Parts: sequence; C-alpha cells; structure tokens
Amino acid sequence: MKLPAFNYAAPQTLNEAIELLAAHADALPIAGGQSLIPILAFRLAAPSLLVDLRRIPGLDAITISAQGVCLGAKVRWCDIENDKRLAAAHPLLADAVTYIAHYPIRSRGTVGGSLAHADTAAELPGIALTCDAEITAVGRAGSRSIAAKDFFVGPMMNALAHDELVTELRLPPWPPQRRWAFEEFARQQGAFALAGIALYYDLADGVAGNTHIGVIGASAELQRINEAEAVLNGRKADAAAILETAKAAAHAIDAAGDIDAPAAYRRALVETLTERALKRAAAR
Amino acid sequence: MQTKLNVNGKTHEVDVEPRLTLVDCLRHELGLTGTHVGCEHGVCGACTVIVDGKPARACLILAVQVDGAKIETVESLADGDTLAPLQVSFRRHHALQCGFCTPGMLMTAHALLSVEPDCGEARIREALSGNLCRCTGYIGIVEAVLEARAAYKTGRRGGTP
Amino acid sequence: MTRRDSYIGNPVERIEDLRFLRGRGQYIDDLQRDGMLYASVVRSAVAHGRISAIDTAAALAMRGVRAVITAADLGNTIPTIAVRSESQPSLDRVVQPVIARDKVRYVGEPVALVIADSAAIAEDAANVVDVDIEALPAVTGRAGLAAGAALLFEACASNRVAGLSAVRGDIEQAFKDAGYVRRETFQVHRHAAIPLETRGLVAEWDAVNNRLTLSGAAKVPFFVRAALAKMLELPEHAVDAVETDIGGGFGARGEFFPEDFLIPFAARRLNRPVKWVEDRREHLMATTHAREVECELEIACRRDGTILGLRGSAWANIGAYARPNAVTPSRNLAQMLPGPYRIPAVQLDVTLYVSNKTPVGTYRAPGRFEADFCRERLIDIAAAELGLDRVEMRRRNLVTAAEIPYALPQVLPYGGSGEFDSGEYSITLERCLVEIDWKTKSALQGKLIDGRYHGLGIGCYVEGGSAGPRENARLLLDAQGMVTVYVGASAVGQGLETVFAQIAADALEIPIEHIAAVHHGSTTGIHEGFGSFGSRASVMGGSAILVAAENLKQAIRDAAVARFSCVPQEVAIVDGLRAVTAGRRRLTLGELSVGGFAAAGTFHNVKRTYSYGTHAAHVSVDPRTGQVEILDYVAVEDVGRILNPNTLHGQTVGAIVQGLGGTLLEGMVYDEEGQLLTGSLAAYLIPCAVDFPRIRAIALEQYPSPLNPLGVKGAGEGGIIPVGGVVANAVASALSSLAVATNALPLSQARVWQLIENARAAKRA
Repeated sequence: MKLPAFNYAAPQTLNEAIELLAAHADALPIAGGQSLIPILAFRLAAPSLLVDLRRIPGLDAITISAQGVCLGAKVRWCDIENDKRLAAAHPLLADAVTYIAHYPIRSRGTVGGSLAHADTAAELPGIALTCDAEITAVGRAGSRSIAAKDFFVGPMMNALAHDELVTELRLPPWPPQRRWAFEEFARQQGAFALAGIALYYDLADGVAGNTHIGVIGASAELQRINEAEAVLNGRKADAAAILETAKAAAHAIDAAGDIDAPAAYRRALVETLTERALKRAAAR
Repeated sequence: MQTKLNVNGKTHEVDVEPRLTLVDCLRHELGLTGTHVGCEHGVCGACTVIVDGKPARACLILAVQVDGAKIETVESLADGDTLAPLQVSFRRHHALQCGFCTPGMLMTAHALLSVEPDCGEARIREALSGNLCRCTGYIGIVEAVLEARAAYKTGRRGGTP
Repeated sequence: MTRRDSYIGNPVERIEDLRFLRGRGQYIDDLQRDGMLYASVVRSAVAHGRISAIDTAAALAMRGVRAVITAADLGNTIPTIAVRSESQPSLDRVVQPVIARDKVRYVGEPVALVIADSAAIAEDAANVVDVDIEALPAVTGRAGLAAGAALLFEACASNRVAGLSAVRGDIEQAFKDAGYVRRETFQVHRHAAIPLETRGLVAEWDAVNNRLTLSGAAKVPFFVRAALAKMLELPEHAVDAVETDIGGGFGARGEFFPEDFLIPFAARRLNRPVKWVEDRREHLMATTHAREVECELEIACRRDGTILGLRGSAWANIGAYARPNAVTPSRNLAQMLPGPYRIPAVQLDVTLYVSNKTPVGTYRAPGRFEADFCRERLIDIAAAELGLDRVEMRRRNLVTAAEIPYALPQVLPYGGSGEFDSGEYSITLERCLVEIDWKTKSALQGKLIDGRYHGLGIGCYVEGGSAGPRENARLLLDAQGMVTVYVGASAVGQGLETVFAQIAADALEIPIEHIAAVHHGSTTGIHEGFGSFGSRASVMGGSAILVAAENLKQAIRDAAVARFSCVPQEVAIVDGLRAVTAGRRRLTLGELSVGGFAAAGTFHNVKRTYSYGTHAAHVSVDPRTGQVEILDYVAVEDVGRILNPNTLHGQTVGAIVQGLGGTLLEGMVYDEEGQLLTGSLAAYLIPCAVDFPRIRAIALEQYPSPLNPLGVKGAGEGGIIPVGGVVANAVASALSSLAVATNALPLSQARVWQLIENARAAKRA
C-alpha cells in the first residue's frame, strides 16, 4: 500500500496554493491528510500534485465573538478539544469532536479537510449542516460564502471549484440557554458512525422552537430532518413530544444499507438516537 | 526532495520522494526500525510517533510534510540500556507479547502522560483506542500506563526532553 | 547451590521485552540486505475465472522494474502446496498452485510477481500488469454443493472435496433410549487471526554454494524448508528457514503460502536478495481465513439431563483450495464436539467443500471454538426445554477424575482417538460460579434494567495441547558458564524465550542471567524441529530442554570423572555449573574444558495434554441498538502446572478478547460475486482498548499432566475456545423473554437488533 507517485508543493501563501491548484487539473490540496493519505494508500486517487497548506499563514485560529464561532480551515481537532471556551461558546461542536476517530488522528485532522472530504458519516459536516453554518471558500474568482446545505452536494462531494480552498467555517452564535445533544452509534469507538444525531432547540416559555436536527452516517447524504423539527417546534419537549419527534425522524430519514447495517436498522438507530438526544437535551 | 527532520534530538537531512511516508522514511532512510507498519491506512496505530509534542500516525504523514518538525520515536525513550519508567511498567505488567504494537502503544501513552499525568483509566483506554493490540487484550497495557503516571507527575518520564 | 524450580512458576519478567520495548526487535521488514530487490504480488481481482492473457509489457517498461514472473516462467509443472495435516487423497486435486496459470479461484490469488528496485515501484508496476480473466459464476457458500453449481475444479465431480466423521458408541441406541431429543442449526462465520504484523519474507540465494536462506519463516520452519527444498529441487540442507521476531501468529502465519515459493524463486532467478512484505489489504485476502462452518446437530438426553448422544452433520467452507491446514479445523470440530462431557455416543459427519473465497486454515483453537459454540448453545437450549438448571446439567455430565483416562471419539478416516490425561473437570466450573457470583447475578437474568436486558452465560471446554511427535533441544555451555539454548519449537510472540530460559535455568540449576540466548524455530540452530501449533511449544520444547539439560550435566560429569580419575559418585557440579569437584579437588569449567560442553535432547510424546476450564459472562443487551456489553467475564482454567503466571495470564486474556472480537465484531464478508467486502481494518474491526475492559482470568494447578516431566499442559488456546458459546448463551439469557435464538455468529449489533425485531414480530403475529 505504498502511495502512488505525485509531486509536492508547500506554497507560502493562499494565492500561490490556489494558482497551483488552478494550474494542475488533477492536483489535490492536503492539510492533515488523515482521510486523503488512506485514499492514496488504496490508490483510489492519483493526483499529479499535492498542494500542502501547512506553510500558509493564518487559517489556524478559533475566533469566538458575537458573530459566533469561526474555525480556520487548519484548526485541528485537538485544538478544538483543548479550547475550553468552546464548552460555552459551542458545546455541540465541542462534544461532537470527541467522537472523531482516535487521539493520534485528532492531533492531525483539520476542519477544512473534513469539510472538503464531505463524508456523510463525519461529525463536522453534520454539525455544519445542523447549525446553518457558512463555509468560506477562496479561489481564483475570489472569496465566497457557501451555506452548509449548499456545500455538501453528495456523498464525498462538495461545492468547491477545483481551485477553491476552504478557509473557514462560521457557526452562528450559540444562545446560552440552548438545549442540545450529540448522539452517535458506531460499530466501535472511533469507527465510522452507523448513525449520529446532532440537535438543538431553543426554549421560550417552556416551549421548544428553532429546532435543528441533523443526521450523519445513516443515509447516503447528510440530512437535516425538517419533518421531525416541525413536530417538536411549538411544543414542550415532554416524553410524548420526544417520542413523536423521534418517530418522525425515523420516518423521514432516507436510510442507507450496507454490510454493517441494513437500512431498517439504520432507520431504527435514527429513532433511538433522536429520542436519546432529545432526552439528554431536555435534561440539560 | 530535500527534507530536514529532527528525530529524537538529532537533525537528519534526507532526499526523499514526496510519496514517502514518515514511517517509511524513519524505517528505511534513517534506519529507525522501532516504529512499525501494521496497516498503512491509519487504523492500527503501530506506526504512532510524536510530532511536535503530539501523537500522530506516521503512515498518514508524508516525510516532506514534517520538514523542520520535531519527531520522537520509541528509540528515544530508554537511556541506553536503562528503560524509561513507562517501559519498566510495560515489562512489569506484561503489557506486550509479540511486541509489534508496543512502540506505537508506548508513544501514544508517552504523549498522553506527558500532558495529562493525572488521567484516569477511562481516558487512558480512550486515548489508546486507536492503537490495536492483537495479543494482550489490553489489560496489562492499561495497568502499565496507570502505574507509569507517577513518574510523569514527578518529571521522571524519560525520553527526549 | 540448590535452586530447583526457582524460575518455573514465577512471574519472571520477559527477556524479549528488553529489545521490544526499545524498538530493537528484528521483525522481517527490519531486515536490510545489500542489493536487495522488492516484490509485489499481482492478485486476481476476480473470484472465479479463466485467465486468457497476462500482459506484462507495461510493467516491464517501467523504470526500476527487474522482472515480472508469471506461471509461464515456472515451466510445465506449477508446484502445488501440499496439505500438511490430516490430508486425504481426494484433496490432492484441490491443493493450491503457487501461482495461477489457467484459472483463478479467489480474489487475491497470485497471478504474477513483480520484482523492482523499491517496494513502491513494484506496486506501481503490479498495478499495470494487465490480467485478462474471463469470469465464471462464483460459488460462495453451501449452495455450491447443489447439482448444477459451478465447479471450482472440473476434475472433481462436485465442490465437496473431502469428508470426515467423529464416531463413538452406539448412536442409534442412544437416540432410541432418549427421553428428549432436540435438533438445532448453528453457524459460525468466517473470520481470521489478523496478527498485527503482516507476513513477510526475505529470500537470499547463494549462487556459489547453491544455498537458499529464507527469513520470515514462522510456526513450522522445518516443514517450510522441506516443502521449499522439494519445489526448488534442492537438497534440504541447502535451504535454511530462519525465524525473525514475529508480530503474532495465532495459527495463521507460517504455514506454506504461495509467496514462500515465489519469493525464493525470484531471488534465485535474479541472483539478488528479494524482500516481500504483505500489505494489510493483501493480508486480508491472501492470508488464511478461518471458522466458516454450518452444523445441524441433534442432542439426545434423559429427562434428568444426562446426555446420551450427540449427532449431526457439518459443512465446512474451506475456500478455494485445500491449504496446509484445510482439514484441521474440521477434524477438531468433530473430535471435540462432546468437549469435556461424558457423552457416550457421538456421530458427526463433516463435509469439506470448496468455494471462491480465500482458502482457510487454522486460527487459534481451530474447530474447538466452533465445537464449543454449538455444543454449549445446545446444552442451554436442552436445559431450558427440560426445565433443568443449565449449570446443574453441565455438572451432571462433566467427565470426572475417576473416569480419566477417558477416550475421545475416533475421527475417521484417520483413526486413533486419544484420551484425556488428567483433571477433575467440575473444579473449574465450581470456581467460576463463585468468582462471577453466579448465584447473586442469576436474579438479573432476563431483567430489563435502565433499558438494557441482563443475561448470564456459561460454558466449559477442554484444550488439546502438546502436539507430537517429538521436539528437540540443544544446549551449549561455554567455558565461562554461559548457556545458549536452541529449541526446535517456534515462537510467534508468546514469550517463549523467557519460558525456555526459565526451564533451562531451573534444570541446570543456574541463575537465569547465565542463559546467554535462546534460539528457537530456525533450521540453522538445530537439526530438526516441529514448530509452534496445537499449544505444543512450551510442553514439547520445554520437555526437550529438560532432556538436554540432563545430558549436558552428564557430559560434564563424564569429563570430570575422566579428569579426576574418580568414580561418578564423587563428582559434584557446583557454583552454578561453573565448577566441578571431587572431594577436595576442584576445577573450574574452563579448566575442565576450554571449549565448553554441548548436549542435545529429544522429547518424544504422541499423546496430548488436555487443560480444561469454564468461562462465564454477564452481559447487557441494548434492545434498541443490538449492542452487547460485557459487564463481567470470568475465566477459570486448570493448566496442570504454570510455567510463568504472567505469560499464561497474557495468553488467556488475549485469547478471550480475540474470541470476543470474533463473536461480536469481526467477520470476513463477501458478496455473491466472491468479492471481499472487508478489505481494510476500517471494515474488518478487531477489538480495541475500550471494547472489553472487564475480564478476569484465574489459572489453577490442580491436575498436572502425567505425560511430560514438567507436568505442564498446552494453554495458549483455551482462552478463546468457549467464548462464542458463553456470550451467545448470555445474550440468549438476556433476551429470554423474547425467545431469541442466538445460534449464528457474529452477534453483531445489527444481527442482535434483527433477532429482537424478528422475535417481536413473531410475538405480534
């Protein structure tokens, strides 16, 4: 499983990196490489050039402001884990990151890499979609902001042009009283999620509103489940509402089956995890 | 490509193909065969080394990507024939059988205890969950890491300072 | 100095750890040779098909490629790999050629070998070797036995390639006499040993002396040498098979694989050292798989739970070819079907059939794991239906010390039966019940607590060990009193250097520090060896060391008698083997002999030791997800005599966790076209540090084996044998309110969930 031959460049600026990508039709960017290198090891990709982003200044900050949480593309999972501010600024993000792979992977894998890789079983794309995040991409044509729902266009597919790079992920502000939970189920800790639920809602006068429920791993594409969100909105998050919401989520999910988990099983997991997440959220 | 690596406190200049992974570079260019290759796709953890203070899969890093970085491998732990406290604990608790996963296991544990010398069993198991061992069933390994904490708390951890 | 047995039985810290912990092990990929070339194997991507053409031009044109070898380069006759154990004439037609010529029969079968200046270039070139295969229908399971199914071997009338039977007593009468008869079907799925180090070889050809050295041999280096010498048409003494440090074997590594011929062949042809290291993707499709079997079993009991008979049929899927150990799992399944129980009548007919999957071989406790799963499930099922306590039913049927030696069933067509050597099998059962607190925990069975069903499972086993026919050891004592040990048994990572050093130090009454080195396995250190399988290495190798030690002491005494011109009774060996005395006269070892002493010893034994034990588990099952959690797991075994409690405990716990992996997590999955779908460690999961934290293992020394001077019994495999049955029984007990049948492995989350769903649907209907 030696890697196929490729050229390598580690440009000093974002513009240089973009120019290199633009100039080589089969070039690929690399940051942490924790998903890309295995793809190369299995020879599922054969880039002529890898453009390493490691020397590009910036892109590695976690910024917390009234506008929310902004994660530079080169922020690593361990940076998020070690940033104690996020427990208040974005507890859903902080919790979800602990489910990502393993300790030595979390010291290398990056925000930008995970978003661009667009794995439907991955935690960060799920958080981005669930939280109405915006992704900034920069290419030859300049910078643009892409809503998460428009960014993930299919399994392992993103909306980036070939010469575009993710530079940051912006998560909207997190109200202090927000109720939330992240639940994931995998065959083994650190393995790909068979299903995972990221959700939150806001309470006003004891009634849930602004419910967001996102699903990872269970379907061919990342999914927000508006049908389930609608069931909870405007109601008290009591036992009955939780069960109904979970059933609605299971009903709405476009579950996928494979050797590890038939579709019916994944559908059941979505119901169970939604129910458990809502119970945990209500108890917070 | 010319690449400069600081491995276990010593600087090496190597001329490598971009596709060469760090683990193959350590093993076959620098002769540091203590770091092992078990899967080459980032699952087994046998190749774990410490890069700039953090544990990392040396099979998922290109050598050229760590130009200028500080790398620690299993060869850095003992002082000659004198085992580091973590190694002593591993031996005492029979935390290894075939020894193939051991270097990666040691480096993950060394990285963990260097920053979290107070961690508990659950954290140790979580941190080691990315290092597969097919022989021991992990019980001796966890006992060894728990015991080695004391040395890290008092700064007698061994390895490259 | 009296130091008898100051090492045996003690938790001596391991000698090999000093190098392993410092990264100084020498595993196969650590070997470097001047001018070494690298090999990559081109493997079939098609499960079943005819090779119409192999185009190597593009590969040969690549810079750094030295050769591409195909079947055409091997001449008219392609060597085949013989079945090593329990062969049958019919299997000769289905042994594996070292390279495919006309047909491919599984995904991963070698079709060409690329030799290049680096491993990466070899792999680049292997990817452009164009193999044109005309696909044929694939056979993946028992359906391949039906009339009209595609045949793997046209020369055979059927995909059934062999059969064997276990027989004991009058089975017809047993079923006639039974007040209760129950039939059930069981399935054990295909999984594999997955050592952390993949296989690898370095072959060196010495053109001057016409000698070949093959490093990377393991488990059975002497068998590998014999087979390889024959294939290369060299005398055996012109071939050496050298053991390196080995990253785990578990029964799979070390048997003769196609690469064991191909790499030496390339080294000789190119007259350069050639290294090949299997990558993990290859390993998953090229190294033997194991365990895939279906059983239809029937138990006959009296209403009081006395088991009268066990009969049935089994179908073992051996994959595409009969590899060296294709039969061993089936033989063991048949022979060990009754396990530690007094079951007077037994009849099991096993059909071995080929399929378009990776060939199978042995994996730790081959056949025994499968047998225990089926039998222990069946006992639980019978006990429940008879309204008996399942522990009491086991207690009633376990073989007692008074009945031992107790004959095992015969396995036909091989004959010979063997017998249990020593033990009181209920000891471990009773102790296990106490350790897990069965009485208290029984109240939890089937209870739903915090959304999880709780269950208990129990199972008993015997483990056959110390496979013969003999083993050899050689001891060299230098003039300074340092001892070098050579043993024919092999090490595959179990810590044998330490165990052998303990035995040698005690036998010679010297400090263990005086053991300079322990060499095992390689054909270079000793004239003959039998390797490491069937839990034999410690028993057979250790006993051979005892014989050699006595011979060594005798040689010293003889020399002293000659020098002192005294009678043998006057001579004493003193000072830790470093001096001899006769009365007041004293000579140091160096004075006695400048060259030191050497002695060899052979231990003969064709009978098997049987360690035995009982495991129990307390599990919880999440009915919403199918997740089985092991809340407590207790293993109690009686191994006769413990050589090193640390290494024994490590073997047992490690084996249990492997068994839990096989029971809950692991599985080789194929699609209907014979494509392997679990071709990475992200798809084929093995247990990690968080999966099974609560395991306890207790070893007893109640009944030493009468078969060897150490009194030891093989103990490397026992830990895995009962795990499948114990966990399946525990899950069934947890889900007893749903009457879920846990008779097929693995008990993956999805399967357990499905079983629960099916049971609920059945209840509603």
